[in-house]
Amino acid sequence: MKDQHLVTIEVNGREHELLLDARRTLADTLREDLGLTGTHLGCEHGICGACTVLLDDQPVRSCLVFGVQADGHQVRTVESLADGDQLSDLQQAFSDHHGLQCGFCTPGFLMLAEAYLETEPEGGPQEVREVLSANLCRCTGYQGIVEAVTVVAADRREKAAVTQRAGDA
Amino acid sequence: MKPAPFEYYRAYAPAEVVELLTGLGDEAKVLAGGQSLVPMMNFRLAHPAALVDINAIAELDYVRREGDSLRIGALTRHRTLELSRAPEVQDGFSLLPRAARWIGHYPIRSRGTVGGSIAHADPAAEWCLLARLYDADVVVLGGQGTRVVPSADWFTGFLSTVAATNDVVTEVRFNRPRAFGALTEYARRRGDFAIAAAAVAFDVVDGRCRDVSIVLGAVAGEPLRVTEAEALVEGAEPAAPTWAAAARIAAAAIRPNADTYGGERYRRHLVDTLIQRAFAEAFASDASVSAASGIR
Amino acid sequence: MLRGAGRFVGDIAHPRAYYVAFVRSPVAYGRITAIDTTRARVLPGVVAVLTSADLQDPELVAVLERPNEEFVRTAMPMLAHDRVRYAGEPIAAVVAESRYVAEDAAEQVWCDIEEFAAIMSLDELGSSAAPIHPEAPDGVLVDLTMFEDEHIAETFAAASLVLEETFRSARVSASPLEARACLAEWRARDEQLVLHASTQIPHQMRTGVAQALDLAERQVRVIAPDVGGGFGLKCVVGREEVVVAAIALRLRHAARWCEDRRENLTASFHGHEQEYRVRAAFDDDGLILSLDADIRCDIGAYSVYPFSCGVEPLMAASELPGIYKVGRYAARARGFATNKPPSAPYRGVSRPQIVLVMERLMDKAARRLGIDRIEIRRRNTIQPHEFPYTGSNGITYEPGSYVEALDLCADALKKAGWWDRRECTDGRLRGIGIINFSERTAYGTSTLSMRKMPMTPGFDVSYVCMDPTGDVVVTTGTCSQGQGHETTFAQLVADRLGIRPERVKLRQGDTNLVSFGWGTWGSRSLVIGGGAATVAARRLADQIKSVAGELLEANASDIDLVDGNAQVRGVSGSQISIDEIAATVHFRSHTLKNSGEHLLEARGMADPSGMFSNASHAALVEVDPGTGDVRVVDYIVVEDCGVVVNPTIVEGQVRGGVAQGIAAALYEELAFSPDGQPLSGTFMDYLLPTASEVPSITIHHLETPCDQTETGSKGMGEGGLIGAPAAVVAAVNDALRGYGADIDCIPIHPADVLAVLQGTSAAQGSRLQETS
Repeated sequence: MKDQHLVTIEVNGREHELLLDARRTLADTLREDLGLTGTHLGCEHGICGACTVLLDDQPVRSCLVFGVQADGHQVRTVESLADGDQLSDLQQAFSDHHGLQCGFCTPGFLMLAEAYLETEPEGGPQEVREVLSANLCRCTGYQGIVEAVTVVAADRREKAAVTQRAGDA
Repeated sequence: MKPAPFEYYRAYAPAEVVELLTGLGDEAKVLAGGQSLVPMMNFRLAHPAALVDINAIAELDYVRREGDSLRIGALTRHRTLELSRAPEVQDGFSLLPRAARWIGHYPIRSRGTVGGSIAHADPAAEWCLLARLYDADVVVLGGQGTRVVPSADWFTGFLSTVAATNDVVTEVRFNRPRAFGALTEYARRRGDFAIAAAAVAFDVVDGRCRDVSIVLGAVAGEPLRVTEAEALVEGAEPAAPTWAAAARIAAAAIRPNADTYGGERYRRHLVDTLIQRAFAEAFASDASVSAASGIR
Repeated sequence: MLRGAGRFVGDIAHPRAYYVAFVRSPVAYGRITAIDTTRARVLPGVVAVLTSADLQDPELVAVLERPNEEFVRTAMPMLAHDRVRYAGEPIAAVVAESRYVAEDAAEQVWCDIEEFAAIMSLDELGSSAAPIHPEAPDGVLVDLTMFEDEHIAETFAAASLVLEETFRSARVSASPLEARACLAEWRARDEQLVLHASTQIPHQMRTGVAQALDLAERQVRVIAPDVGGGFGLKCVVGREEVVVAAIALRLRHAARWCEDRRENLTASFHGHEQEYRVRAAFDDDGLILSLDADIRCDIGAYSVYPFSCGVEPLMAASELPGIYKVGRYAARARGFATNKPPSAPYRGVSRPQIVLVMERLMDKAARRLGIDRIEIRRRNTIQPHEFPYTGSNGITYEPGSYVEALDLCADALKKAGWWDRRECTDGRLRGIGIINFSERTAYGTSTLSMRKMPMTPGFDVSYVCMDPTGDVVVTTGTCSQGQGHETTFAQLVADRLGIRPERVKLRQGDTNLVSFGWGTWGSRSLVIGGGAATVAARRLADQIKSVAGELLEANASDIDLVDGNAQVRGVSGSQISIDEIAATVHFRSHTLKNSGEHLLEARGMADPSGMFSNASHAALVEVDPGTGDVRVVDYIVVEDCGVVVNPTIVEGQVRGGVAQGIAAALYEELAFSPDGQPLSGTFMDYLLPTASEVPSITIHHLETPCDQTETGSKGMGEGGLIGAPAAVVAAVNDALRGYGADIDCIPIHPADVLAVLQGTSAAQGSRLQETS
């Protein structure tokens, strides 16, 4: 039994037409068909979160979504975050706060945090820890990751407030 | 850990789901959020021959109030309820958004669905507890058209329901709004399936508890209504001694296996604690303020 | 990494590589009577299904060169044949065009296995009619009586207090987020098998693969690209890596395998499953007079290459006394074969357990004798004026800040208000644990030779080469998995060459680029790899100075290398850029009289005997009496790893280690059914802590420089995990002080806590026995 589907997926702003086996996971589609190997597979049962990507701006485990399900949808992966050589504020904060060691879980944490930050959260350390509990890291003890996300949440709130004031004025 | 082969079908309307399921036979399954089904497929513990994906059925994604009934479309994501501050939810069902925070983690709640949870029928699942707590009806579309199954009849044991293989859950109707409600759980790690869970809902009329429901999760094959304990609280004063007495009864009512986590004694203690805490939290909250910390 | 541009083995594109999936034993113990691969072979997309015989029965043997009474030689077949010895053991390999198809086919391989009664705990030893290894009928693979003392009985007889205690720690998994992975390819042009592998020890993997497949070492090239965590699980040679290499060799086609999480948890390598039966004698002042330990390690089914199954017993017996002045010491350490996956040296190796044992003994003695628990430690600890101190275990401890670290930690937790928090009455119970220890790090050949492995690890060599533009490439035999060697090594080398660290690039993890090395494990890399690089950089600096001396007409000894320039000390303006020196040496060597023979390259070596870092840890825990839940809510570490090269990296290592230690104390445990089925095969059942279970960790540094190393640094990669279980267990016992708690086994489950609260605590030991 080989059930194949011709699908169109927008990944990181670019449309891709792909012929996919029904059972191919979105993670494997990204990694093997599109060469976007930043999305990692750490457990393939939805616990570790290393494969987290944004599907229509919502964070999902790409090991629990089939590639064919993304037909007609938008996907964002870790490769979308930097602007050329310029790291995003979040990526830079991970670097500044030693939020990674081996780096394997990092793309999943970045995408989880990016989704969270886009909800314009309060971003206190307690809430950040709760959100980040969705993913597993074995190297850092999480402290650097929590700090990085907390700082970016505050920075973005500050920037938004400045923009708001400028708009009001 | 890759799933076995299957055929994939995408449905655009509820009737199409039933039609596909009928044609595909026993080995076909509905794919909603996939947060339980797909891990089982990746472990090859589930080998469906075909999946009918209902994620494109936008008409099943809604939250509506009709009188005393809160109607939630099957494809509504957990996160939608978690974030809901709408009056139709807050009035009598304010527990639902608070309870939704207990479900897994943010990415799980972004993808998982209310209907999927009810259909999967995990005895630890929050929606299954809530369905029993609020005497929900499960609306099912099948070969014979639409049926409304009371949640009391829906669950038939561990991961099993009365649904036929060509049925699809289209809506869950929560009934019996109450002013006070809480759901609490214990798990070793944040976001894990509960080792035990307890949910309570009640009104307080003239200083007495009325219309009391108590449900336990993860202590039996299906969510467990503890009617003996409900009867005790009914008409009693909303105070700690009442909660403690109810908790004692509930803890005695469960029949945990000796080989479940921590053994029988531990489970009973946990149930006792969780029921007391659920009542205390429910009564402390003014039914709209969250007692649990969480994400807005 | 941040951009998703990391290159882990699974990320390496190879459009034609076959995918391998393993057929694994469904039972824990039995005899294979038949394997039928027919149905698997005919599936479309399947290339081959191979059994041990198809690959000429490759095996690896990991021994210690000790008499048979001490160490029994056994082999580990790369694919099981005849016997299967644990559930999950590989029996056959399916080679297919995709991982999906490979798994389809693996489901279709049929194995007929005559099942034997599995031996799943030390209590069941000898109960099976069929010993796991016929060579060791009693199941004992390692039996070492390390220290004997004929007078020890007298001290027990005369002691004021004798404690007889049993401690246990459960079997755990290192669980790197990237599981194991490999990609093998025979390159005919180079006559080389190229094996990309997620490993900590590329050169030992080269040796192991060459031995198992009967190749010369030059015919094997092992490349470790980015490695997603190791923690010891990847410092051994796995059977799967050898089999995939054998497949590539046999089929003359690239083949790859990425271990999935279920395989990683149930069929790779475990560790830390130990039991200590200890007698300890104390005098009235709380001084420990003697210690007698019977140590039993459940090492699983096989002895793993290259470190062997002797690692845990040897470490446990030789280092148990730790920082305490134990008057008389005797220990017997044994390793037992059971029907579980073999063990590898998971971070800490026996030291989380021995620190737990010693620190519990201190707390128990303090309580029984009515002495303050910090004071009893002070009294027993090696004092500053006593270094170098040689203990009753024959080990010489060089200077450390043992007492100072303890005092600083006690002071820090007091300042942080822990004693007030401990007394808080809000329904929760709070407790403080404070512990103190040292860890031997960076073992060199002189120390490791005492283990008696056929090959003695320990030294490392580094080359530092400057190119014509003045940039520097450093090679090292160590192999980073996130420890930040790229940063620290560059810093060390750049400092000695007077250039910016950005101009120094580290090359590691490729046996073709690095001539030889012993990899990264045992808290050795910065000290030994970095030490070798430092020596090489110093030598290169001398060469640069010599050229500069000629060009500046000055004495080489008067030249300083600063800010990218070579300058004559005290003569302003008399300088030349190092870049120009590099260009001169390479492109205009005819202008130089003395340096014509040289390029700018130097070699360095380091082989210290090993040095002790030390640390004091304190944990504040909250116990919820309603659920038995324990939360670590605050944590303090005082770390002394000598001169700190990079505090950020040191702190990252400490925090990650503490998280793993908290996990071992409270969450992680690999459970099995009585018939040997693994019950912890998912991340739902095997509980790695999340950001909600690991608190913020405050770190204070002390620096006692080490005279064995050029940098004054000591190793420190394991200490976090070594100290944390003891600190957490002490804190839980303190929180339950009103209930007579005496918890000695990890992990501590909520049910154990409730049993203490309800006065029915007899059960903890028996629970661990039931589940292990």
